[in-house]
Amino acid sequence: MTALLNVNGLTVKLPVMGELRTVLRDVDLELEAGKTLGLVGESGSGKSMTVRTIARLLPDGADVKGHVRFDGAEVFDLRGEALRRYRAGDVSMVFQDARAHTNPVRRMGDFLTEALCTNDRMPRRAAEAKAIQLLADVGISDPERRLRQYPHELSGGLLQRVMIAASVAVRPRLILADEPTTALDVTTQAEVMSILARMQAEYGMAVLFITHDLELAGAVCDDTIVLYAGQVVERQRSTQLHRDPLHPYTAALVQARPEIGHRARRLPAIPGHPTTAYEAPGGCAFAPRCRFAQDACRRAVPSLLQIGEQGSTRCIRMPDLHGRLLATTGAGDEASDHQRADAAEEATR
Amino acid sequence: MTAVADNVEVEARIIARTARRLRHAGSLGVSGWIALGAFAAVVLIAAIGPLLVTTDPNAVSLSEAFQGPSAVHPLGTDASGRDLLARLVFGGRTALIGPFLVVLCSTILGTALALTAVWFGGWFDQMVVRVIDAIFAFPGLLLAILATALFGAGLPAAIAALSIAYLPYIARIVRSAALRERNLPYVAALRVQGVHGAWISLRHILPNIAGLIVANATLAFGFALMDLAGLSFIGLGVQPPTADWGAMVGTGMGGILQGHPAEALYASALIVITVAAVNVIGDRLNERSEVRA
Repeated sequence: MTALLNVNGLTVKLPVMGELRTVLRDVDLELEAGKTLGLVGESGSGKSMTVRTIARLLPDGADVKGHVRFDGAEVFDLRGEALRRYRAGDVSMVFQDARAHTNPVRRMGDFLTEALCTNDRMPRRAAEAKAIQLLADVGISDPERRLRQYPHELSGGLLQRVMIAASVAVRPRLILADEPTTALDVTTQAEVMSILARMQAEYGMAVLFITHDLELAGAVCDDTIVLYAGQVVERQRSTQLHRDPLHPYTAALVQARPEIGHRARRLPAIPGHPTTAYEAPGGCAFAPRCRFAQDACRRAVPSLLQIGEQGSTRCIRMPDLHGRLLATTGAGDEASDHQRADAAEEATR
Repeated sequence: MTAVADNVEVEARIIARTARRLRHAGSLGVSGWIALGAFAAVVLIAAIGPLLVTTDPNAVSLSEAFQGPSAVHPLGTDASGRDLLARLVFGGRTALIGPFLVVLCSTILGTALALTAVWFGGWFDQMVVRVIDAIFAFPGLLLAILATALFGAGLPAAIAALSIAYLPYIARIVRSAALRERNLPYVAALRVQGVHGAWISLRHILPNIAGLIVANATLAFGFALMDLAGLSFIGLGVQPPTADWGAMVGTGMGGILQGHPAEALYASALIVITVAAVNVIGDRLNERSEVRA
């Protein structure tokens, strides 16, 4: 069984002020046709860089090692016309900031039809008819009028729907969705997600979905990968992610969410600040912020560990921590001083 | 939640700013409108003047040399007794068409070169930059003098030489603007749709920097007019007896020494008015394109 998208040992370094800085370290992922894979992580964890690498949108001078295979073909071997065809027909991308990703001086109609006209050699009239159909599909009323409007005349939610319409126009086999709903308000977010899900089901596309919203990932993705400091730290079924995280980082993220029904006095935040791949310490990148960290964690970069059928993790303590990560107290909770301080504070009131 | 609120706010600000800029874009300012009026008048004189003035600008009448204004010669005559009004009006055509061709050639070639360099980047871009720098090292006039030395004096050689001399000026400005534009997210969005590089450059990047190109072409027009007039003045541009403002300043030099400054005065006044007007318009357009960028 070969996956549609296969990323193997991907390490990416970008030139920043004359030096190469690591942004991705040994990333593996695979995505089967028609499935949805979530990519979760905080800012700077390498989520966007991963999809930009897959779309070959890296800045000049980037140093790439490892493999990105699409349908068995090495993406980094594509040149010229083959690369253009890959982008035109096989993958498409939905961006976070739809406004920045549309040309302010061109109408929506041009935006939607030009890929069809230039790539599929579709006559202008037919392309326009298809664009109207696409806009109707993504729930935009009065599509004929929208075609003649400029980006600044559309709201953010509308513009994002147009982006989705444009990205499915050529029926790609893979959609790279880079936080498509982050810039939208919650109700619009739900609508856009349902449109994306419907389009996916209708056309049988695979979606690589980036988000920093664990709930959203759990709701729409089959599998979820958690990235930290440019590394995959966990991969498992999205539905299990909340209940039984396989990495202390994921567990901390899960605990840091507010929950409806629980009146939290204070959300348990993760101490310290996010680390980028290039400033990550030796050993486990998360160790400095991890309440389960031991000396062994800091010695060597852990490799991905298979946890039964459930998934994999990059935590060497997982075999004995498994199932206990979400418990607030317990053996191995060496670094919960801040929590005890909280409790003491409460007691004095 | 606050992030969403922020985004909505940012979006509202962007929309307001775009609207403001679009309104602002309509205005040239008082000086801009005056300059536009002056330039339009000059162009109009050059365009339809020759149809109204029936006197032959090249008709020599030595007995009528250095006459003052009269009914037959409204602006008087030059050293050869040729009608000054007719020569100024006909000379306007030559004086305006020359720089127009220079600007047209250098802008089209320079823009094409810059867009290609930006799109392909890498060593090709670096090579273009070096070539541009090399041409920059030659003053336009020097290049024109070289060209006339090779191909003989005359307007075509001067125009060709100045087109090459002005090309790097346009190319450099377009390159930096296009480079900025190319790195904007919407270009990435187009690339990932598999849109052709040529198409993105011509239909997306070019319209976004068109204002800047027009502004700089306008400024270049003023400089080209000066340079061509200068070449004609020293006798390398427009050849006698063809009427041209720059050439008239040159031939009028003799008149100044003999106490008849009219020819040189009128011709240089027209050159000054045209160049000043064009420069003001170019500056206003430039400010506009900077506001937009």
